[in-house]
Amino acid sequence: MKEIVAELDRKRAAARLGGGQDRIDKLHAQGRLTARERIDLLLDKGSFEEWDTFVEHRCTEFGMEQRTIPGDGVVTGYGTINGRLTFVFSQDFTVFGGSLSEAHAEKICKIMDHAIRAGAPVIGLNDSGGARIQEGIASLAGYANVFQRNVMASGVVPQISMIMGPCAGGAVYSPAITDFIFMVKDSSYMFVTGPEVVKTVTHETVTHEELGGAVTHSTRSGVSDRAFDNDVEALLWLRQFMGYLPTSNRAPPPWVPSEDPADRSEPSLDALVPNNTNKPYNMKELIYKVVDGQEFFEIQPDFAQNILIGFGRMEGYTVGFVANQPMVLAGCLDIDSSRKAARFVRFCDCFNIPIVTFVDVPGFMPGTTQEYGGIIKHGAKLLYAYAEATVPKITVITRKAYGGAYDVMSSQHLRGDVNFAWPSAEIAVMGPKGAVEIIFREHAGDPEKIEELTEDYRQKFANPFIAGHRGFIEDVIKPSFTRKRLCRSLAMLKDKKLENPWRKHGNIPL
Amino acid sequence: MAQTREYSTVMFKKILIANRGEIACRVIKTARKMGIATVAVCSDVDRDALHVQLADESVFIGPSPSAQSYLRMERIVQACQDTGAEAVHPGYGFLSENPRFTQALDQAGIVFIGPNVRALEIMGDKIASKKLAIEAGVNTVPGCTDVVRDPDDAVRIARDIGFPVMLKASAGGGGKGIRLAWTEAECREGFQRATNEAQASFGDARVFIEKFIEHPRHIEIQVIADNHGQVLHLNERECSIQRRHQKVIEEAPSAFIDPATREAMGKQAIALARAVDYRSAGTVEFIVDKDRNFYFLEMNTRLQVEHPVTELITGLDLVELMIRVAAGEPLGLTQDQIGINGWAIEARVYAEDPYRGFLPAIGRLMRYRPPEESRHVRVDTGVTDGGEVSMYYDPMIAKLITWDQDRDSATRQMRHALDWFYIGGLANNIPFLAALMSHPQFKSGDISTNFIAEQYPDGFQSPVPPEAERNILVAVAAAVHRDHVDRDASITQQLPGHEHCPGDDWVVVVDGVHYPLTIRRDAAGFTVEAAHQTQPMRIDIVWQLGDPLFEARIDGELVCVQVERDGVAYQLFHHSFCIKALVLTPSVAEYQKRMLDKPAPDLSKYLLSPMPGLLVQMLVKPGEEVKAGQDLAIIEAMKMENVLRAARDGTVSQVRVEAGASLSVDQVIIEFT
Repeated sequence: MKEIVAELDRKRAAARLGGGQDRIDKLHAQGRLTARERIDLLLDKGSFEEWDTFVEHRCTEFGMEQRTIPGDGVVTGYGTINGRLTFVFSQDFTVFGGSLSEAHAEKICKIMDHAIRAGAPVIGLNDSGGARIQEGIASLAGYANVFQRNVMASGVVPQISMIMGPCAGGAVYSPAITDFIFMVKDSSYMFVTGPEVVKTVTHETVTHEELGGAVTHSTRSGVSDRAFDNDVEALLWLRQFMGYLPTSNRAPPPWVPSEDPADRSEPSLDALVPNNTNKPYNMKELIYKVVDGQEFFEIQPDFAQNILIGFGRMEGYTVGFVANQPMVLAGCLDIDSSRKAARFVRFCDCFNIPIVTFVDVPGFMPGTTQEYGGIIKHGAKLLYAYAEATVPKITVITRKAYGGAYDVMSSQHLRGDVNFAWPSAEIAVMGPKGAVEIIFREHAGDPEKIEELTEDYRQKFANPFIAGHRGFIEDVIKPSFTRKRLCRSLAMLKDKKLENPWRKHGNIPL
Repeated sequence: MAQTREYSTVMFKKILIANRGEIACRVIKTARKMGIATVAVCSDVDRDALHVQLADESVFIGPSPSAQSYLRMERIVQACQDTGAEAVHPGYGFLSENPRFTQALDQAGIVFIGPNVRALEIMGDKIASKKLAIEAGVNTVPGCTDVVRDPDDAVRIARDIGFPVMLKASAGGGGKGIRLAWTEAECREGFQRATNEAQASFGDARVFIEKFIEHPRHIEIQVIADNHGQVLHLNERECSIQRRHQKVIEEAPSAFIDPATREAMGKQAIALARAVDYRSAGTVEFIVDKDRNFYFLEMNTRLQVEHPVTELITGLDLVELMIRVAAGEPLGLTQDQIGINGWAIEARVYAEDPYRGFLPAIGRLMRYRPPEESRHVRVDTGVTDGGEVSMYYDPMIAKLITWDQDRDSATRQMRHALDWFYIGGLANNIPFLAALMSHPQFKSGDISTNFIAEQYPDGFQSPVPPEAERNILVAVAAAVHRDHVDRDASITQQLPGHEHCPGDDWVVVVDGVHYPLTIRRDAAGFTVEAAHQTQPMRIDIVWQLGDPLFEARIDGELVCVQVERDGVAYQLFHHSFCIKALVLTPSVAEYQKRMLDKPAPDLSKYLLSPMPGLLVQMLVKPGEEVKAGQDLAIIEAMKMENVLRAARDGTVSQVRVEAGASLSVDQVIIEFT
């Protein structure tokens, strides 16, 4: 017995060394942490239970039988973040470059299966050179097994990917399916084919960083939800982020104590919307001023900035925020912003997180780029997402709510539960000038008349009261009382029950 | 302020305030106290401004640029007629010293709450006012406006005036053709050099001589006069702390002035006021040398920005006195009733970025929370939470005035009050003001108008906190973080029996230095023990998570630290100090040591906009080669045109914005290859 325990200790110590001290030193020299250090940082101290420490690959080709390392390049198990159960896998770049073997994949699949059954999130810390080439198609099968589980877990438990090293080829598709992808600047990249292949096929010269670095994906492609400066920062952020998510689709949103009074009024908001309707203002200020303690976790802050998405808390409960941002492209909806918001709305709906929508939208972005890019179908994604969602939906129209975009942005017609308007709201089929130019086409040559008619139209229609007469909005509220009204509405909707008709699944316009 | 006295029957029923911002609000307050109705005027951007909200009624007078609104006298006269205002208080700036405005009001039968036209005219003219001052027996800077003929003549004049002297080119400007002389030899040599330089620079060799004032201080006397022949002085104010001729700190009384000097200055100020039959409040500005010789500079024929310090030490309400005098009432005071009670200091809070060469800032005040007013603290402000500092007017946000028994205490009150002054979303000079209040030389009272230029020759940087201060900031960072982690650990859905309990050992990382400490929570706050401090620190908090102002009693002393969450780190501001702190568990702190310092991105390839503003002109094209120092673009901000120049030689590869575009701070304007 004693000897076996000694053997166990020896084996554990060997496993903890992964690919060896040299490789660990190399990683450290690059300012990166090891797979186990990352888990130690992410989870509550001492809460991690590692599984499958002694798993080794079964490959006998290319002399691989001589080279086995316990754990086979991935550390898996579970632990807690602020006491809440979380399953984790963390790829070990020091072991065969973190490459994915059949055994490596099995370890990941095992914790995913457990996570689904236990109803707890899965966090993947990705740092892998790709498939274990020596294993051939066994490795490919391993990937597919992971993909299948990602899909089965989707909407059941939150899945989060933190890309902390390379992630290329087939490997990208597992994070792609997960709910959120975060990346570490300068040390991580993601692409389907690397710069070398790109060069031979398309003759483009591009660096790893430009092709698939954290900045590229968090600003241009929208693949990444946020980019962080280094491993420590990234994992500390991730700890905070997990506090917003329910453990599974069976659980309500988590609650944390809040000292922020629900009826806190915010007089400065009465002056947020400028008198000039063409002048932008920062919608982020509204979000920060209504959430508990000014804490807002923004998702995709640097991509499609004409729409804002992210999590905050109201009276301690997680709420998803979607808001048009008048500072960027006048807050219009385009392909990127529709996609960005649609996926977020669907995430919230999957996990019982109420959605608060702030609307200041002049319409959809016109132009050939948008039409050729398929704005029709992309815009419809957001419409579909809102219409399908059964979680509590509260909408506040701060200024413009024009045309089809008004319908899309969580209108009452798409089962928005409570729709408020600020006094500055203009709920109309289009802006006054455009409307007058169509209705009074006969005066097109008379700019003075057009201006007069525009002013008339503005007086008559550019206000919240027409929509109020129709009952399309529940109330016109003072901006300073927005927090109070939202908190009350959310409390009222806490036990909201609404179910969509049975179906295998809907067919969202992808 | 003065107690309310019985009002005469001729008192105005309604007055109009021809101004905006804090001074309009200030005047409205007194008018309201006196039972007088008020009319505000406003431009386009000011429609919802505080002065409009405070006034009983308001009149829109035109577009935002002041030339089209606040300077349009006919519109203001019209506004008076439309609203039935009987008198106009002009505040300061705008039309306050414009004799034509007074005349226009006169003709319309409206009373101007200020001096008579003659006083405005004479004091508005540098030569006429100096002449009058000399006639009235007021000291003026000794000098000889006659052209100096030769070196002997120069020495003769210099001897008359007394050394040191300045030899100045008559056609001078830009510091050229100026020579300082302490001795006769220097005077001879200086005459030659100044003459040569004047000839070379201006093609005009004429030179004159003036007394050189060493270590000059700007000290002014407040006067108040009625229509019944009573003229009083209300003591001095010292306004030596200036940045580029813009006053920053003012105080009353002056640490430098003794009773005899005060009396002499007061007498001369009164004499000057009498010489122009002055009525209303006015200020006689003097320059004072190191031997307390004082010389007349000019007279400001209006209420001064810094008038509150006089009010706080005399207990008088200057606006009330101005209104009463304008209504024909006698002052009802005598000189011996005017005393000095304690000490008052005023700090001007400007929307400008002290860390970026005091560049003006404009935009929305996301958060505006001045300190609470008390018998020690007064805030004169023209904005509210969510208000706007517009590009059209003065960038002053507020005046913070503190009062106490003596200068040290008043300074301490000011330091305290500045900590409680919170402005979010807009750069401001509060850290700089706090640094001034802690400056040993300011504290000693040994100041001059050169103070800021001498003490901050390379601009302002956040000073490195001394040990005691650093210990406070480190402990506060730990307490704030502890509050966050404890809150986070109270989340629902934890594994029963395996709930998370944050530990007491933490490491605060500031500028790469690790400060390990133990922080224990109890009902009232925290106790912090650390190797870097000799005794445990006690923090009793009166703070609520998420509040940007962390208020606590630290070892018994009330402290207010501004805290801002910056990702997973915290930014802390206290007095003039600013630190960024990461608070980590001991094991994470070890990992943090492995993280690489990432070099800041190389921005030398870009020309960035140093301030928000309007791109007036783009002076280069793509492909153009530029030399270091060459003008590249012109940006207009706060009515000022700023020329952006090339930092080094290079070639323009891309011009990112066109003329007419509005720019934000750090926006890329031009890219170089």
